[in-house]
Amino acid sequence: MTDIVPRLDLKGISKRYPGVLANDNVSLSVAPGEIHGLIGENGAGKSTLMKIVYGAARADSGEMRWNGERVQVASPAQARKLGIGMVFQNFSLFDTLTVVENVALALPGSTPRAQLAQDIEAMGRRYGLPVDPGQHVYSLSVGERQRVEIIRCLLQQPSLLIMDEPTSVLTPQAVEKLFVTLHQLSAEGVAILYISHKLEEVRSICSRATVLRGGKVTGVCDPRAETIASLSRLMIGAEPPRATGEARTAGDPLLVIDRLSMPPLERTGKTLHSISLSVCKGEVVGIAGVSGNGQNELLALISGEDARAPAASIRIVPTDIGALPVVARRALGLAFVPEERLGRGAVPLMGLDLNTLLTHDKGLTRHGLISRDAITRLAHRIIDEFEVKAAGTAAPAKSLSGGNLQKFIVGRELVKNPQVLVVSQPTWGVDVGAASQIRQAIVALRDAGSAVLVVSEELEELFEICDALYVIANGRLSARIATRDATVAQIGELMGGSGMPEAEHAAA
Amino acid sequence: MLRLEARPAPSTLMRYTAPLIALAITVVFGTFLFLALGKSPLAGLKVFFITPLDNLRGVSEVALKMIPLLLCSLGLAICYRSNIWNIGAEGQLVVGGITAGGVALLASPDSARAYFLLVLLAGILGGMAWASITAFLRDRFNANEILVSLMLSYVGGLLLLYLVNGPWKDPKGFNFPYSKTFEAVAMVPKLLPGTRLTWGIVIALLALIAVWIFVARSKAGFRLQVTGHAPLAARFAGFSAREGIWVSLLISGALAGLAGALEVAGPLGQLTPQFSTGYGFAAIIVAWLGRLHPGGCLFAAFIMALIYIGGELSQSRLGLPAAITGVFQGMLLLSLLTADTFIHYRLRRS
Repeated sequence: MTDIVPRLDLKGISKRYPGVLANDNVSLSVAPGEIHGLIGENGAGKSTLMKIVYGAARADSGEMRWNGERVQVASPAQARKLGIGMVFQNFSLFDTLTVVENVALALPGSTPRAQLAQDIEAMGRRYGLPVDPGQHVYSLSVGERQRVEIIRCLLQQPSLLIMDEPTSVLTPQAVEKLFVTLHQLSAEGVAILYISHKLEEVRSICSRATVLRGGKVTGVCDPRAETIASLSRLMIGAEPPRATGEARTAGDPLLVIDRLSMPPLERTGKTLHSISLSVCKGEVVGIAGVSGNGQNELLALISGEDARAPAASIRIVPTDIGALPVVARRALGLAFVPEERLGRGAVPLMGLDLNTLLTHDKGLTRHGLISRDAITRLAHRIIDEFEVKAAGTAAPAKSLSGGNLQKFIVGRELVKNPQVLVVSQPTWGVDVGAASQIRQAIVALRDAGSAVLVVSEELEELFEICDALYVIANGRLSARIATRDATVAQIGELMGGSGMPEAEHAAA
Repeated sequence: MLRLEARPAPSTLMRYTAPLIALAITVVFGTFLFLALGKSPLAGLKVFFITPLDNLRGVSEVALKMIPLLLCSLGLAICYRSNIWNIGAEGQLVVGGITAGGVALLASPDSARAYFLLVLLAGILGGMAWASITAFLRDRFNANEILVSLMLSYVGGLLLLYLVNGPWKDPKGFNFPYSKTFEAVAMVPKLLPGTRLTWGIVIALLALIAVWIFVARSKAGFRLQVTGHAPLAARFAGFSAREGIWVSLLISGALAGLAGALEVAGPLGQLTPQFSTGYGFAAIIVAWLGRLHPGGCLFAAFIMALIYIGGELSQSRLGLPAAITGVFQGMLLLSLLTADTFIHYRLRRS
């Protein structure tokens, strides 16, 4: 590799955002014709690094070389001029315009439409990306939209193509087609930077990979020579400490899900395939997995925000709750802490006092009128017990920091002593102190005999507080694994979608 | 080039002073308008803002105009707080007037004195029925309530035209498109002798108190506002978005319908083709000027009523065209929206 001038060469790139070092002395180089994987968990700093390369953000320090020459990329337009093309994870197409109109908008200068339509078709034939230039984008499938994005990039003859999580929305068949296209591009000398957290994919297509973790490079390797286990260790880190658990005896199953299958409410959602799990009294059960693998769909079905499930497929023993509305489930002792705090867990512009009314009712209203005293007292109690830093009980939810709002929202559910607590990403974006406080509160609730289900992307957290784990990947749930028998490699493999017997059938 | 940049924290103080700033801009604009029309600005502004209030008759006329403006704007404030864009208070008011008029025409001289309550009830139900069409289409087919409610306003106006030109035309009315005048028992009692002001203003103020309590203190009002502000939080809490659509539109329809009834069974005493001079549309301005707050609506309804009366006076006293009322109303809304923009954004050179 040393005798070839790298197409892209990054050295010592650092980027700090308020409160977080997103990139810490990151170096990376991609040779012409190389398909280079950039892997890491969400929040590892992949997107920040790509924004810097594409000119959408500026590095605080470090240098970028393009074909050996030092460059400063100030804007995406300049990046495109250099020959850097990027296909975004969330497509940037106008639904109401046709394919050719969308492409015309992105290209510099003005090519006649008819000419452009011919170019699109020619490009499509050449790389196996068939699209009809006259079709409106809203009528295209997700895979077709991605083709439009790729063609739009290719028409500018990039010599480096950045693909950001390109397969997260594709069917297995579309993934195969995409890989054929990428191989062809690489054979023509285009360098490809392939961002993903799907290790299987990276192993099958990339010849080299850079692994990021917490903003730092933790390894550069040939993924084909690695195993999923060794890659996930680079990505996730060392074996986390286990909860020092003498085998505790859990009670009877309380929250039970039985072979729940469900198509998504939204087109971009995940279909759930025959999900079964149980959470007993006095235990914390975790669901690990990369987000976007069906967690949100499953949680909405449990919370009742999506009440389409067959009644008996979800139970708070002995009651069937699958088809009950949210309020009825809450009356049965179910409490839910959603992933999004502002706008879902709390109304941003309303005070903490009013926000208690979202999930509390008893004693707070009389004859349909809200008792100001009662909600103030309740908000006060939550603020005191969970050490929430807020300007007062009437402070708008929006004015709190992420960690404090999360403490308030978790506290709001915990003061009810719920029988069943379901928490999504309990400490996502929360500072260390607040995070450990929230974890302690969850464990205390378990010790008091409640059943707790935690969905999290952070394996360390799950290993720390959970008695048992499941892994969700592509809408399927693994078998139950006792935390003390689990290894990071095993969980990582399951997260990547391999090792789930049913999953392999579907991919074939 | 200039561009707008979002302010990190919009000022609460400015939010509430914006209506006053908008009013001031409107006055400045009015000054130039009068100058351009060759009138003395001082005399012009006096006719608009002072003359209507310097005698009891004028005050009573302003109060009378406030009734439909206040009632409609209260309902609209509830809708807008629930993120339901009801633009059709005009139609709901007209249809409320029609149903109230229909019931009023059925009265006989020896009906009980409380008969007018029946007339008001009919108006309320008429407005609700008209609003429920919008609610149904939005709920069932997700039809855009802005378009539906606006279109229905025109349909309501045409329905009124048909009735007063057809089946309900007064046979002794020299072929004018008016209904018969209502029996005295069907009319809302007068509040001040010697003026046209009715008990309607008291009813409107009671409605204001009720809406205030509903918005600020009731759980139902809270649920409605959560569905409006944060639909995901509403779903999380288990508040129904359908409830938000129906309740806000029905309340709004009821209040607009009541306004229509108080108008036809109040100062008019019969159905006429243009009994509403755009109160339902003007109430949209009133609701925004009042910051969607019931107390604010009272203040804004007063200003708007003043502009209505001032516009009429400037036609007779200054010989200005009738469009002057609309120009002032539009200027007020435009200034307010501009002021609101600058609360949330600031100008930056780039």
